Amino acid sequence: MQAQSTVEALGRFAECGYARERVEDNALLRGAGRFGDDLATTAGTLQAAVLRSPHAHARLRKLDITSALAIDGVHAVLTGEDVREWAAPFAVGVRQPMQHWCLAVDKVRYVGEPVAVVVARDRYVAEDALDAVEADYELLDPVVDPEVAAQADAPVLHEGVGANVVNDRHFSYGSPDKAFAEAAHRIALKVRYPRSSCTPIECYVVIADYDVAAGTYDVTANFQGPFALHSVMARALKVGASGLRLRTPPDSGGSFGIKQGVFAYVVLMALAARKAGAPVKWVEDRLEHLQASSSATNRVTEIEAAVSAEGRISALRYDQLDDCGAYLRAPEPATFYRMHGTLTGAYDIQHLEARNRVVLTNKTPTGLNRGFGGPQVYYALERLMQRIAVALDLDPLEVIRRNLVPADAFPYRAPAGSLLDSGNYQSAIEKGAAEGGLDELKQRRDAARREGRLYGIGYCAVVEPSISNMGYITTAMTPAEREKAGPKNGAVATATVGVDPLGGVTVHVSSTPQGQGHRTVAAQVVADVLGLEFETITVNVELDTQKDPWSNASGNYSSRFAGAVAGTVHEAASRIRKRVAAIAAHQFEVDASCIRFGDGRVTVADDDRLSTSFRRMAGTAHWAPALLPEGEPGGLRETAFWSPPQLAAPDVNDHINSSLCYGFVFDYCGVEIDKVTGRVRLDRYVTLHDAGRILNPAVLDGQVRGGFAQGLGAALMEKFEYGADGSFQAGTLADYLIPTTMEVPEPVILHMETPSPFTPLGAKGAGEGNNMSTPVCIANAVADALGESDIELPLTPSRVRAMIGIDEPDAPEGLEPIKPAAGSGSALQASDSVDMPGDPATVFDAMLDPKILAKIIPGCHDLQAVGDNAYKADVTVGVGMIRARYKADVNLSELEPPHALKLSGVGRSAMGTAEGSARVRLTAIEGNRTRLDYDYEAAIGGKFAAVGARMLQGAARVIIGQIFSRLAVELGGGSNAGSWMKRIVDLFRRLFGRSKK
Amino acid sequence: MTRIAANTPCRVRLILNGKERVGQAESRMLLSDFIRHELGATGTHLGCEHGVCGACTVRVDGVASRACLMLAVQAEGRRIDTVEGLCDGDALGDLQAAFKRHHALQCGFCTAGILNSCAEFLDKTPEPSELDVRDMLSGHLCRCTGYTGIVAAVLEVAAQRRGAPPETSHV
Amino acid sequence: MKPAAFDYARPESRGEVLKLLADTGSDARVLAGGQSLMAVLNMRLAEPALVIDIGGVADLGYIEIRDDRLCIGANTRQAELLAWPELAEHAPLLARVMPWVGHFQTRNRGTVCGSITHADPSAELPLSLAVLGGEVVLERRHWRRGRRVVPAAEFFQGLLTTAREPDELLTEVRFPLARADHDYRFTEVAMRHGDFALVALAAVIGPDEIVLGAGGVADRPVVRRIPRDRDFDTELNIFAWSLGAESDAHASAAYRRQLVRELGHKLLTQATP
Repeated sequence: MQAQSTVEALGRFAECGYARERVEDNALLRGAGRFGDDLATTAGTLQAAVLRSPHAHARLRKLDITSALAIDGVHAVLTGEDVREWAAPFAVGVRQPMQHWCLAVDKVRYVGEPVAVVVARDRYVAEDALDAVEADYELLDPVVDPEVAAQADAPVLHEGVGANVVNDRHFSYGSPDKAFAEAAHRIALKVRYPRSSCTPIECYVVIADYDVAAGTYDVTANFQGPFALHSVMARALKVGASGLRLRTPPDSGGSFGIKQGVFAYVVLMALAARKAGAPVKWVEDRLEHLQASSSATNRVTEIEAAVSAEGRISALRYDQLDDCGAYLRAPEPATFYRMHGTLTGAYDIQHLEARNRVVLTNKTPTGLNRGFGGPQVYYALERLMQRIAVALDLDPLEVIRRNLVPADAFPYRAPAGSLLDSGNYQSAIEKGAAEGGLDELKQRRDAARREGRLYGIGYCAVVEPSISNMGYITTAMTPAEREKAGPKNGAVATATVGVDPLGGVTVHVSSTPQGQGHRTVAAQVVADVLGLEFETITVNVELDTQKDPWSNASGNYSSRFAGAVAGTVHEAASRIRKRVAAIAAHQFEVDASCIRFGDGRVTVADDDRLSTSFRRMAGTAHWAPALLPEGEPGGLRETAFWSPPQLAAPDVNDHINSSLCYGFVFDYCGVEIDKVTGRVRLDRYVTLHDAGRILNPAVLDGQVRGGFAQGLGAALMEKFEYGADGSFQAGTLADYLIPTTMEVPEPVILHMETPSPFTPLGAKGAGEGNNMSTPVCIANAVADALGESDIELPLTPSRVRAMIGIDEPDAPEGLEPIKPAAGSGSALQASDSVDMPGDPATVFDAMLDPKILAKIIPGCHDLQAVGDNAYKADVTVGVGMIRARYKADVNLSELEPPHALKLSGVGRSAMGTAEGSARVRLTAIEGNRTRLDYDYEAAIGGKFAAVGARMLQGAARVIIGQIFSRLAVELGGGSNAGSWMKRIVDLFRRLFGRSKK
Repeated sequence: MTRIAANTPCRVRLILNGKERVGQAESRMLLSDFIRHELGATGTHLGCEHGVCGACTVRVDGVASRACLMLAVQAEGRRIDTVEGLCDGDALGDLQAAFKRHHALQCGFCTAGILNSCAEFLDKTPEPSELDVRDMLSGHLCRCTGYTGIVAAVLEVAAQRRGAPPETSHV
Repeated sequence: MKPAAFDYARPESRGEVLKLLADTGSDARVLAGGQSLMAVLNMRLAEPALVIDIGGVADLGYIEIRDDRLCIGANTRQAELLAWPELAEHAPLLARVMPWVGHFQTRNRGTVCGSITHADPSAELPLSLAVLGGEVVLERRHWRRGRRVVPAAEFFQGLLTTAREPDELLTEVRFPLARADHDYRFTEVAMRHGDFALVALAAVIGPDEIVLGAGGVADRPVVRRIPRDRDFDTELNIFAWSLGAESDAHASAAYRRQLVRELGHKLLTQATP
């Protein structure tokens, strides 16, 4: 308990613990922030754009960059060949023969995977050149669903591995089999957690340069850490760590974990700069970001509890399948292991079994995302708690209460190894229930239900880990593999405090924040230690790996600032204080223990006459070294490194203390569901946090509110939608929905402070709790309102309404519902028919006539025969203002003159790919006419699928419909547009007797 | 009739925060890129370039507009106001100060656009309800704050401008 | 996400616009408020040869009452219509609908005519035009047939598809004025405030007949006339099925049909508060 005594020795804080306004805001509010794309660049800096795969799974056969290089203003195109020559694949966290290069070298495995980089005068020209690169792909079967991908007969992404499950570990702690055998009840649940991302508003920015003389790279990127990845980048670039100078800009526009993923582009743009022989800047755009930056994993979990008749849980069993996308990109499979030590959550459960399988699918690689691993684990665990309550007819909060870790058990060792540092979960729940108005909320629920409204209350209790153990990821390896690789553990934080010759205090931390107010809080900590006004402290949060102290744990993740970094700042400032005290003691000729700091002065206790300004006293170290006491070297700058001893490497039995601190979050909420629209309205949301000692309450509340809004988004609207063909369908912020002011209510925020015994200031992290708790809390409330057990996120109005039930009246006769497209993919299917003049033979022959074919294909500029009934065409197609020019192959096949044929086409354009085929049947009808019936299938991939998902079905219908209506016109039938609509109009006429027939 | 051929830089002159500024732009250059990279006013940020996130919102002749959905050449002769023009001399303006008091920003990337919308909104709507404020702000995406501080700051400035004293504590 | 290169023209008269359209046709795009077109250009979903900015044509910006019609010129912004003091009196449906159109910031530049020309099946303004039985004025460069007036029912032809020919400019949209004995109602469900509708319903309740329109379900706004003596639920069920609803990432077809039935029932039977 040494740390706590430090805090007590300081007495009352003047700054820490108070809601100071943020020092960051002065510049940001003036538009004077310095974000990545705002920085001055070296003269001659060029702009990069990335060519990306429109396909989810394909072999890259050929890449022709000739036309792109011919465009005025284009300087270079980086391809897989360059990458093979200059770089190495990224290191992977599990022992498997799979290669992940920063650029596709032979295969593409997800939509949006980089295939080439164009470097040009400006971004506009670079994008022109992207459209001119010709890539030739051989399509392979994609696999999107993780459960399908895990099966033996699934298409395999990495042939060298031979399967898509690339890591499969079993863990057993205690005696789970025995506990399950003896349990009164076994209660199980299967849940699917969707893929989403916290999507910062600023996307990735990389500015890279290559020093050809030294063979080294100098890169500025809005990377957030962990700087363990610096080693991954340097190795990929085939240089030592000093060969990659990595710097971060002063400001970064949000990250929430996602800007960890920029590291792959650090390598890519470093190589692009080398290729171009000039500095290169790349600013990721929103489509690139949504489809190809990073995301949380989607996960399928089967969870089961052994439960006593009273609702006490003796054992838990997890079977987790984590979908990490197309490559296991570092630090994956960390999503599993960040939470591994604490799979039992806030509960005192002695026996645990877990199977963790990592599966790869044709989706974007995953990585850090706020809450990292927590949302997935707690969605399973806390949904299960609610199900246990339902099954045993107990109050859900009572089930939580009966299983909590006892208040006198801290520090508490959880079965998988987490050492829960401190807490009092029982008090937290009592406080939360009382101060958040739980009784009143229950009354509201009861009143609503009496009126027949749909109202539910959800609860959840969450242990929020912070300050990750850098060794937890090695739990993915077997003990034998770990033995070979050598131990990894700890979490080194660094901070530097310096005093300049005029007595000004400057602080540097390697925490690379993205808006969390680190400068403010570090200044508060130092101000308290040195007795200065916090506004006078300068804090620098830029990181330069060539000049600044840093370690592999540097960066902004696992909510490590308050516990680790602020504590290390305190340590560095305390060393300065000790040195200044020694200098003052020497000058005043008193013992150093008599020296006091406060109000900007250094004073001898009990003797106000012996007092000098801090500035002057500290300045002595620079201006008059001869006056310094013996042993004081002069100058005044201290760098502290700190790593907690509690963070040991995983042991031979796979116990891992995956984090240093464990805060506690208790949430509950009341929701009302609109019976018609299915919309979920949060009536009240209460969230109680115990994050140890609070350093700045306003900053902390900001973290809670931000996490809550993101958790609410994950619960109600956010999802990265993929088609069955692997097409990405959420490429704009009109498709990927983020809550706005109208959707985010104000939560009731409550706090408790149980200091951590393991951090210098007693503080714990608190940045991620609501990302973990809010999705499942809302899900539990909806489950309560509807009496449903199978709750899948996001709880969109349509999905909720489906759970309420849609009792559809039958369609009126003649109005068959349109067949839904197969799966949720972008494979579009429908049928239609058109009446044509002439007999079937005439119509059939017309379709085989290339002259007529050229006329009926919409926007056909050119049609060249390349074989029997096979053509190459150049067509411009589109709907409304949207148009793209496609190079297409057109074929007529399965000819059964004059009754049937198949018309098919495959097109490629800068907008992506389009494939379609129509089976045509011709039937003679009265009046020497022919009815042309067609069933079509279309698949649209690439950019249009990503940004026009809402329009795909309609667009396919318009374009395919045009072919046949134009045929009718060509055969002399006049305009016959809108046959689908015409059928409806005809039907109306039939139904209402307006028909003249 | 003004006519500018593709790929041909032309001169664009506008009034940026009260000062006449001139720069070069091709017909296709977005106003957002022109302000940032040609005129060097980097306080305006780009979050989506398709008009949804609102980060790039500036005032065009006093009216809050997405700078990513305008061409630089369309701004010829117009008054463009950005975040850099919101200060009261060297001091933060009342809206900016309220944002600071209420911790209405974290990373600050979306803030410039929000401030511009609020500036126009408060001119036109001196007595807004909370719902009015939320409705106006729904054209902006902020990923950090959960919006609480922003709503509180705007309501406070509206009250202040009507003569009520500012709050002293944070939200 | 930057546009491909294009020629830019900023004509100062209607005649100049029409000449440019006559010369360039489908390779030209008309830029008014730009709230749809600019996003399409930025994403390179279109690479027109010429962008015709009509912002400099002075006589295209107006809100006027002519012949029992509310006539709105091609340069009139959505915000201007919303702020027009007589809107609630003359066009109560539009007064209800306009706050649902995009956001404060996009209404500031987006034009009424632009939204109607774009013909997004989920957009509120095309639905309003269709349900009110309004019309659009299309002009082209022609010595004799230079101008035609097209009713909404003929104008909207499908997904983003209208009767406008590539050489035509939509110069004006006309909404019939409110009638005293009619009630005008609107309701919408979207994923978030300001999003495109999952289902939008607008109704004109007349003494003998109801005109009900649905947006967001079919590939265009669809209108159905319902005599007041009919059984609403039967009528709504026919209407719901007739729209050919489809499922997408945000809502199922069955959901959309059910909302047409249930929200439709509310809309037809309960006066707007």
